[in-house]
Amino acid sequence: MLHTLRIAAASLLAAVLAFNAGAKDREVSIGLQSPVTSMDPHYHNLSPNNSLLLHVYDPLVYRDANGKLSPGLAVSWKPLDDLTWEFKLRRNVKFHDGSPFTAEDVVATYKRVPNVPNSPSSMATFVKPIVETKIVDPYTIIFKTASPDVLMPSDLAAVDIIPKAIAEKATTEDFNSGKAAIGTGPYKFEEFVPNSRVVLKANYAYWGGEEPWDRITFKILSNPAARVAALLSGDVQMIESVPTSDIAKIGADKNFSLVDKVSNRVIYVHLNQWNDKSAPFVTAKDGKPLDKNPFKDARVRRALSIAINREAIASRIMEKRAIPASQLLDYSFFGTSKKLKPPKYDPEGAKKLLAEAGYPNGFALTIHGPNNRYINDDKIAQAIAQFYARIGLEAKVETMPSAVYFTRATKGDFGYMLLGWGTESNEQGSAMRSLLATRDPDHGMGVNNRGRYSNPTFDKQLTEALVTMDDKKRDALLQQAAETVMNDTGLIPIHYEVSTWATAKGLKYTPRTDQYTLATELKPAR
Amino acid sequence: MLAYAIRRLGQSLFVLVVMSFIVFLGVFAIGNPVELLVNPQADAIERERATAALGLDKPLPEQYAVFLAGAVKGDLGRSFVYNIPAIRLIMERLPATLELALAATVMGIVLGIPLGLYAGLRPDSTFARGIMAGSIMGFSLPTFWVGLVLIMVFSVQLGWLPPNGRGETVSVLGVPVSFLTRDGLAHLFMPALNLALFKLSLLIRLTRAGTREAVLQDYVKFARAKGLSKRRVIGVHILKNILIPIVTVIGLELGSVIAFAIVTESIFAWPGTGKLLIDSINQLDRPVIVAYLMVIVTIFIAINFIVDVVYSVLDPRVRLGGAAPAH
Repeated sequence: MLHTLRIAAASLLAAVLAFNAGAKDREVSIGLQSPVTSMDPHYHNLSPNNSLLLHVYDPLVYRDANGKLSPGLAVSWKPLDDLTWEFKLRRNVKFHDGSPFTAEDVVATYKRVPNVPNSPSSMATFVKPIVETKIVDPYTIIFKTASPDVLMPSDLAAVDIIPKAIAEKATTEDFNSGKAAIGTGPYKFEEFVPNSRVVLKANYAYWGGEEPWDRITFKILSNPAARVAALLSGDVQMIESVPTSDIAKIGADKNFSLVDKVSNRVIYVHLNQWNDKSAPFVTAKDGKPLDKNPFKDARVRRALSIAINREAIASRIMEKRAIPASQLLDYSFFGTSKKLKPPKYDPEGAKKLLAEAGYPNGFALTIHGPNNRYINDDKIAQAIAQFYARIGLEAKVETMPSAVYFTRATKGDFGYMLLGWGTESNEQGSAMRSLLATRDPDHGMGVNNRGRYSNPTFDKQLTEALVTMDDKKRDALLQQAAETVMNDTGLIPIHYEVSTWATAKGLKYTPRTDQYTLATELKPAR
Repeated sequence: MLAYAIRRLGQSLFVLVVMSFIVFLGVFAIGNPVELLVNPQADAIERERATAALGLDKPLPEQYAVFLAGAVKGDLGRSFVYNIPAIRLIMERLPATLELALAATVMGIVLGIPLGLYAGLRPDSTFARGIMAGSIMGFSLPTFWVGLVLIMVFSVQLGWLPPNGRGETVSVLGVPVSFLTRDGLAHLFMPALNLALFKLSLLIRLTRAGTREAVLQDYVKFARAKGLSKRRVIGVHILKNILIPIVTVIGLELGSVIAFAIVTESIFAWPGTGKLLIDSINQLDRPVIVAYLMVIVTIFIAINFIVDVVYSVLDPRVRLGGAAPAH
């Protein structure tokens, strides 16, 4: 009798424990690196916001883990002619408040996007090409543009759709309080505490099917050591941006798994070519000015590129979480040329090129870079300076917080600038347009060309590629433009950053090229 | 007393205005917030729109005038990053920071003064030597390192305490506090200890030095000779006399802990104002930086005022406001 009771009690206890474990199983906490600044999807065009808000809202077009476009709230899209795009919308989709999703909501959303008060960085750029919108029926919508816009589906992938009633009235504060945070996404808003946490709960009526989690808590853990400690202690089940110094330790621990993926961010160097006479911080070794700006000479630019041992930087400084770069995006992205290879480390060749260009004894320069923006940015600058010492250049290093650095880099204060660029469209055309095209900001060309590099042949090839609607032809034209500019060393590519995530045992994360951390990509491993 | 308070208030207002102007200039000199806020992919038109939306297109003196006009009405501007009134952003976090600072200060006082007294009264005992050696460690080990070790031991290895965050809070008179719940206390303990360590060491050393000096004074010898109980000699004659420098230091330290508990707050992801300040500086979120420093200067002024009042209670020779002595 006693024995039976004991068994009954034990099994009851086991059942209770199992039940608790079951309930907990469907909750997950994730440690994020950077703060999310708003729940308003159109207030601040910032990666951490765009990533997190994808749980609550859906755009017309999705991006898969590899950056390829796939159907979101639109099931299909096609250009009708060079100036017209048609989007077919998904039927039977409901917002979190139960109202149905139709073309009216899309129009109202795009109307709100350029008009969010006090927005520090709006999403207007993505909808600006649209000059006319026509609703054909509730599930078909036509956008007209003034000039051919090849990137429209890619641009619209960045704009989350909200209900018409909210788009017309709600303020950013209404979204932050949760009152207006209503989308069609797999999770609903529960709580937003700026700079601390965001809590979401499952939307069981989600059109895309059931998700594995009932509740997700995103914690902002900016300090890298604190993020790792939170994972190790089981306080969170996944973290993004594993610090390079902890990669070996976590990788060796059986209780955790590490995943990584090449990102769309390239680390590169702009060389100041603002004028022919001189470049800032570039002098003869005795401190006297040079007779002309050496960076205007393609041989000098090439010498500076081949003097860098990219393999060594990737393996020693980046713990193999970087891939030596040949252009602005890795080969897996659209518009990249396989003919371009990462410049081979060749100090002797570099010395020869410098001598040919008239600098047999080298010159002096200062490498400027940020020290809190990119992974190991100050260490990379130090390493480059050492490589330059080997080819007879006198290289000093000065790094500073990004708050100071970017303002000065934009003003042209620096000669040799270490920078990074993430190509959100995942197409090399937009990166070349922003970083390398001859500067003409009114037409959106060379907006971030901080080196003021200019090459008419390349400009012509790029401009043609940017308005070619046919994907295959555009790919070929972009490759040609990339070859022209990289063979002329328009900038010095260093490496592509590889993003890392660590998860607790029993979970599997599908890493993404856009560095987004999405609970929808996190599944229990079976 | 009243005249004294009014004069102090006038000085304080002057300090506030000067400080806000210096911070305004300083942030302007560091860089352009638009560079950091606007998405790099944005074009020139978007940049101009953002600059105008944040009011940064006006010349600096005009920006400052707009700020002063708002400040007089109690409006210190809206955060560039969050589009929330800066003062609200700060007030939402201030309870967390105050709670942490007070918890650390209480820990420092409750442990520091008795330990210091003991070490001062029995300087040659082994325990006193141990206390002094420990206080050197408390001084010299960097806060961030101690914080990480605490997390490694108590959260990762032993799993006793949560590694970050603030835990459950309950509202007392509209202010959320966490020390009344078990979960909240568990979250509070490690960061408070981390923060208290330096203060604790400081108080131990200060109390010990004061005690050692006081026991040799004539009035102590006289009190003993009079046959007063040991408790009375220590508690009234020694302690009260060494308390003045200690109160000064506690006041100063409390102020600096409220203002600059940045390291501890970021290691333990404590949702306080220190973390807000450092993030705001990194983002050049000027309204928050200016508003924050104004709040902190106000707190410092208040604490110093309270310290002065406490002096006059502790030491009858001190008269507030420099009024002429009675005789």
